[in-house]
Amino acid sequence: MTRHSKIWQLLLYVIDQTPRSQAALLNLKRACETHLKGRYRIKVIDLEKHPQLAKGAQILAIPTVVRRLPSPVRTIIGNLSDTERLIVGLDLRVSR
Amino acid sequence: MKQKGPNSTSRNPCLPRCPTGIQGLDEITGGGLPRGRPTLVCGGAGCGKTLLAAEFLVHGAVEFDEPGVFMSFEESEAELTANVASLGFDLAGLVKRKKIVLDYVHIEPSEIQESGEYDLEGLFVRLNHAIDSIGAKRIVLDTLEALFAGLRNEAILRAELRRLFRWIKTKGVTAVITAERGREQLTRNGLEEYVSDCVILLDHRVVDQIATRKLRVIKYRGALHGTNEFPFLIGNTGISVLPITSLGLNHKMSNERIGTGVPRLDAMLGGRGFFRGSSVLLTGTPGTGKTIVAANIASAACKRGERALFFSFEESPSQIIRNMHSIGLDLEPLVKQGLLRFHSARPSLYGLEMHLATMFKEIALFQPQVVVVDPVTSLMDSGTPSECRAMVTRLVDYLKAGHVTTIFTSLTQGGHALQQSEASMSSLMDSWLLLQDFEGNGERNRVLYVLKARGMAHSNQVREFLISKNGVDLVDAYIGASGVLTGSARAAQEALEKATTLASLQEAARRKRELGRKREVLERQINGLRSDYETEALELRRIDQQVGTRTIVLSTEMAASGRLRQADAKINVGMGDKPKILNGRP
Repeated sequence: MTRHSKIWQLLLYVIDQTPRSQAALLNLKRACETHLKGRYRIKVIDLEKHPQLAKGAQILAIPTVVRRLPSPVRTIIGNLSDTERLIVGLDLRVSR
Repeated sequence: MKQKGPNSTSRNPCLPRCPTGIQGLDEITGGGLPRGRPTLVCGGAGCGKTLLAAEFLVHGAVEFDEPGVFMSFEESEAELTANVASLGFDLAGLVKRKKIVLDYVHIEPSEIQESGEYDLEGLFVRLNHAIDSIGAKRIVLDTLEALFAGLRNEAILRAELRRLFRWIKTKGVTAVITAERGREQLTRNGLEEYVSDCVILLDHRVVDQIATRKLRVIKYRGALHGTNEFPFLIGNTGISVLPITSLGLNHKMSNERIGTGVPRLDAMLGGRGFFRGSSVLLTGTPGTGKTIVAANIASAACKRGERALFFSFEESPSQIIRNMHSIGLDLEPLVKQGLLRFHSARPSLYGLEMHLATMFKEIALFQPQVVVVDPVTSLMDSGTPSECRAMVTRLVDYLKAGHVTTIFTSLTQGGHALQQSEASMSSLMDSWLLLQDFEGNGERNRVLYVLKARGMAHSNQVREFLISKNGVDLVDAYIGASGVLTGSARAAQEALEKATTLASLQEAARRKRELGRKREVLERQINGLRSDYETEALELRRIDQQVGTRTIVLSTEMAASGRLRQADAKINVGMGDKPKILNGRP
């Protein structure tokens, strides 16, 4: 499947280096390593530095992960401690 | 908390207000919403929450130089702009001029997965960024409850909302938060729990097929506010609340008097007519000439060069013009000159508030000095008596504040309840004229009283009110033992009085003549007596002379006969020569 051969683009929106956002980044990385090894790119966006980005990305909750690619766009909020939900939310299982 | 804003119209220095610019709402709340605090506006679907919030923001940006942020959770920017554009608000233009920021928070529950703990810091950042980007003083959150649908973790949500409202306070912006009305509580999700400073409830109910919007300030911490329900309406210029009780009685009244166009009526009103800016009630049973009196007052105003606005709820303008023409009152030139304007509408066309708003608009547009509402009773069918009274109060207050003289005609049914039924309204009026008709002798005749005229020495007499093709006039009615006499009975009475007067005049003349005659007779008698007397006196003198002559003759004769008889010389000398003397002068 061509879709899975592409690089996944994941955006993690955080505000400052709070324990919660650090946990989210860790949880995200762990899941991606498991399911998308070498096929993903995580970009961390600190809204404290770029607050203007929040509106366009429709960010409400922090932390928020947005799967920009592959489409469709999917959004997961929380510190991603619930791995099962993260996998379902990002639709990682298919890509295995 | 830091208080900002130069336009704070506060009465209480402790609690500054943030004027909404919404007609009437600022009056109820004593100057506006609590500045720097969140206000909750709740109500059912379609009751005008979003509109109220939008108006608060637009007025802030346009009139009070307070930019605002509109954060919408339900409508997109484009939808919102289109919706309020119909009320004349140019949101897009304000956004372009950096007066308003629109932020549509799109929440699609199906697109969001939750995994673990989170907070709503993203919302805070967005809001904060929007506020800082234009230096906003006002924000609107419409409606936060969409969050409850979008996010599953209610515990987090509630904690975050609590934090949000605290944050709004520390930010020092005046916020309006809208919420859907709940079944058991004010809002569906109990938002009132978090917003404790000011709560406004909007309601939209239908009574007798006429929909009325109501607004009530449920809570306003630290301030006196009108707690009543106030009708409000959404017109084509936005929301206007119609507060009644909040209006103060502090109109400055004029001493100027204006004529009514009927000289005798002016005379009844202390000689100079009504006070300018007073409210006049004309009550009467059908066909007593209320409209005619009102039209006369209006045309008199126009002839002074003033403007008169005639609200008619029963007749069309052309019908009034035609009817008035028949009594010699030509209104058409006045209409053409732009001095007289008619506004005709069926009372059932729309609700009471809408009527009132329309009238306000017409009045503001035409700027009349005299307003006629004919008849105000027609409007009474559009609402409950208390609502109608409130409406009339509102209208009277509005017009008095503008020094506009107002004539309300009021149709009453016949009978003695006439004055009773109008008592509630009459207390609002400065002057009250009562038109009535009397039936008797097979005819109906109109009479007019001045029941009350505040501040002037008015006539307490009943006048007969005559309508002819030359106009109207008032004449004295007769009041006798048999009651008030009008019409032909009055004419008969007049004739009777004339006859009585004439008779007494004739009697006096007759007596005078008789007396003259008597004097003549008397004088004649006196003259007769005098001539009798004179005759007698003359006679007496003649007798005297005769007696004297005879004595001389006698003595002469006696002397002669004595000589003949050789008698003593001394005896009766003069008696003897009588025959001699008889033939000659003594």
